[in-house]
Amino acid sequence: MAEHSKRFPINHIIGFVLSIVLTLLAAWAALGSDLPVKWIVAGIMTLAVIQAGIQLFMFMHMTERESGGGHVPWNMMFHGFVLAAIIVAGSLFTMSFGFTHDHDDGGSHQQEEQQEEHSGH
Amino acid sequence: MSAHELKSGPLEYRTQEGRMSILGFWIFLAAEVVLFSTLFATYAVLYGRTADAPVPGELFEPGIVLVMTFLLLTSSFTCGIAIHHMRRGSVKGLMTWLIITLILGLGFLGFEIYEFVHYSHEGATLQSSAFWSAFYTLAGTHGVHVTLGIGWAVLLLIQLAKRGLTTVTSRKVFIISLYWHFLDVIWIFIFTSVYLIGMVV
Repeated sequence: MAEHSKRFPINHIIGFVLSIVLTLLAAWAALGSDLPVKWIVAGIMTLAVIQAGIQLFMFMHMTERESGGGHVPWNMMFHGFVLAAIIVAGSLFTMSFGFTHDHDDGGSHQQEEQQEEHSGH
Repeated sequence: MSAHELKSGPLEYRTQEGRMSILGFWIFLAAEVVLFSTLFATYAVLYGRTADAPVPGELFEPGIVLVMTFLLLTSSFTCGIAIHHMRRGSVKGLMTWLIITLILGLGFLGFEIYEFVHYSHEGATLQSSAFWSAFYTLAGTHGVHVTLGIGWAVLLLIQLAKRGLTTVTSRKVFIISLYWHFLDVIWIFIFTSVYLIGMVV
């Protein structure tokens, strides 16, 4: 590839600047903005996925010709991340969907009162 | 293997062995994604189960976490520059940037160790609650990966100094660069879903 002989690694610099900007944006959204919590969570997770993409495509040479045009790396990462999404979402769904461990709401009230008596809250 | 050696293209892809090793490493990285996903899932399920220990919002500090993130992001960048130099055939450039990468990695580790010690003084240890167990396992597993990566890269630097750039050493360095960038990918998700969300929710 022609870019291997370039003196100036422009791709890396763009990727680096982008990742710094996205990090600051995520930090601002989480700590400095007044957005609703749901929007913040969805927003910063989206920013994280974009940043992961920057690492994979701009730094990890995922799509270069020598690695078969990225066929294998792309397959591996795609399946890895699909499995990861299923594991995380599936665990959350089976373990905590519609259920809360907080003592102030949810669950059986009677049981909760008993628990409170025992623990002396 | 050298009978089939290609005459052009990056050194690390010229032999069949080199190409297969890189392919194999991508399979390993996919397995690492799944390994970390189980830890993320555990963390997400146990989120908020802090029992009598401090809650994350009290302990997480934006300053130190941002410094750690920038250290790791920059080290990922310098690691990319190291590979850039390797492909231009400059052993000196490669080693210089690799050493800078390692120093940044060590800085990251130092902050992480400081952070863990600080949290445990505040009463949040591996044993104090389900939440903190999940937190230390997730962040600690990433920290162990960084530590291993640093040790691995030091060994490779010695090989580079002794043997220079060959199809074998360049393949090894290329693979550790993939590993290093990958650690940054994992950290981005820890930074976002553990620290930022921990400070918001």
